[in-house]
Amino acid sequence: MTAKTASVRARMPRWLPGLLLVSPSIVAIAVFVYGMLGWNFKVALSDQHDEVSEGSFVGLENFINIWQETRWILSVQHAIVFTVVFVGGALVLGWFLAFLMEKGIKGEGGFRAIYLFPMAISFIATGVVWRWLMNSATGERAVGLNALFRFLGLDFLQWQWFRDPDWGMAAMAIPAIWQMSGYVMALFLAGFRGVPEELREAARVDGCNEWQVYRWVILPHLRPVTLAALIILGHISLKVFDLIVSVSGKQIITDVPAIFMWTAVYDAHDPAKGATIAGYIVLSVAIFVVPYLIWNARREKRK
Amino acid sequence: MTVIAKVRGTTAPQHAKVVRRGGAPVWRAVRFALLLAFVVLFLIPVYVLLVTSFKPLTEADPSQAWNLPRTWTTEAWQVAWERLAPGVWNSVMLAVPGSLISAMLGSMNGYVLSKWRFAGADVVFTLLLFGMFIPYQGVMIPLVQLLVGLNEITGTQLFYGGIPGLTLAHIVYGIPICTLIFRNYYVTIPDELIEAARVDGAGMLRTYWSVIIPVSGPAFAVTVIWQFTSLWNDFLFAVFLTGPQSWPATVMLNNIAGAQTVPYSQQMAAAILASIPTVVIYILLGRFFMRGLMAGALKG
Repeated sequence: MTAKTASVRARMPRWLPGLLLVSPSIVAIAVFVYGMLGWNFKVALSDQHDEVSEGSFVGLENFINIWQETRWILSVQHAIVFTVVFVGGALVLGWFLAFLMEKGIKGEGGFRAIYLFPMAISFIATGVVWRWLMNSATGERAVGLNALFRFLGLDFLQWQWFRDPDWGMAAMAIPAIWQMSGYVMALFLAGFRGVPEELREAARVDGCNEWQVYRWVILPHLRPVTLAALIILGHISLKVFDLIVSVSGKQIITDVPAIFMWTAVYDAHDPAKGATIAGYIVLSVAIFVVPYLIWNARREKRK
Repeated sequence: MTVIAKVRGTTAPQHAKVVRRGGAPVWRAVRFALLLAFVVLFLIPVYVLLVTSFKPLTEADPSQAWNLPRTWTTEAWQVAWERLAPGVWNSVMLAVPGSLISAMLGSMNGYVLSKWRFAGADVVFTLLLFGMFIPYQGVMIPLVQLLVGLNEITGTQLFYGGIPGLTLAHIVYGIPICTLIFRNYYVTIPDELIEAARVDGAGMLRTYWSVIIPVSGPAFAVTVIWQFTSLWNDFLFAVFLTGPQSWPATVMLNNIAGAQTVPYSQQMAAAILASIPTVVIYILLGRFFMRGLMAGALKG
């Protein structure tokens, strides 16, 4: 070490080089995440309803007026149905698969690999096959699952799938469950395995039967995993876009806010409206993710 | 609660032990059967994709929808590949450099945030993490405007409507997850190693280069695979930021599949073709893929 670098190093606070090394990333996130979120809200609070005008501040006008649009109400309802069915379905199925596997089973690696592989595929590719599977034609012209039901003599199960006016979004959640429940399984499996065997054994020695061990020892241990899974599934669900584009395109019958926003920007050429919808999507995610992140940071600090 | 009370009331501990000993093989068989049933359900879409993609047009009849092809043909695959190839090439140009640069950034950030911390590092980290969860719709309109602006300034088509602009977006919005993976990995490296290097007179970069990098292999594998998969599979950024010349495979696939005139066999072949790279990675390196998945959820 030369005298010069030594003196430079002595004068420089120990933390400075670290800060310098991460500063490009900090600046990038500050600009591209926080700056652009702010910019988006600025557009949403303006009357920039075409691509050339400057737009002036109009307060919450866009956020309020959008509730008078039938399409918006419909897309919000769709998002709610989709979220409930998808999050609930993926959580229950993922938990159940993990429950079946938690004590170890022959071929576990194979099972896990098969349940998880849909995660490696894009929603767009998934959508191609699910659109065929959930084809709404029935009777003679039925293809996909409707044809399978017909073949199995289960004709009464045939329905319109995602074209059903009331429960179409529940059908739309099926591919999403298919895609994500393996992930939930992996999370829960890690959760199950995280329960120390001594703890189970101790409960058994204390006279608990298997159900009681499950209820009073294992379930409480799964709470953090369940929360993490809820957060992940929830934020995926509220911004769902690819899957719906791929299965049904821009049809109103499966419209969700993310699709509405896309058409507002590229078909209606209305930046303020697009930004308003985007703003609502951000808020709906932030409302539960921000508390979660703060809670997580505090928990880590305590450790 | 009533269910629990009932269960507790009827099963005495001794009884439970009997059930556990005597019932276990049966229960194991039931579990195995259920898991197998789910395997069949999970593989239905795969069966449909493969079977349909090898069918000739003459067999595209609803009544034969679930049958195996009577004559196997790769006709649909050839047509699909011709249409999809430019998109696949664009995806390679996007995902390979994008995932490598992302991993390098994540490694540097993770190193500093775990081993070379500055005041407020925790706050910075939490603020970074939020970037992982934001719906990208919330930044899309400004991002488009910024990239259009960059096009005008540079007098090129590189940013808006070009692969470099799309890559830039993915790298920036990938910073949080990549940083998280590396940070959680580096936390497990003993601080004594860093201290020892410091005592020997190594500065931050020197320590990074000669102590940290040599042991970072697994974290690089996890991050590169994670980023490659998300870049390859992305549709949202691509559909907002690219044009016909720079459409990646997902957008091309959606255009092919969205056209009513394209037969199912070609759509399915195209869907498989567009998924091959990520599925191959998953099969060969599933272990690292799993770890990337877990990184987003389980901390520390």
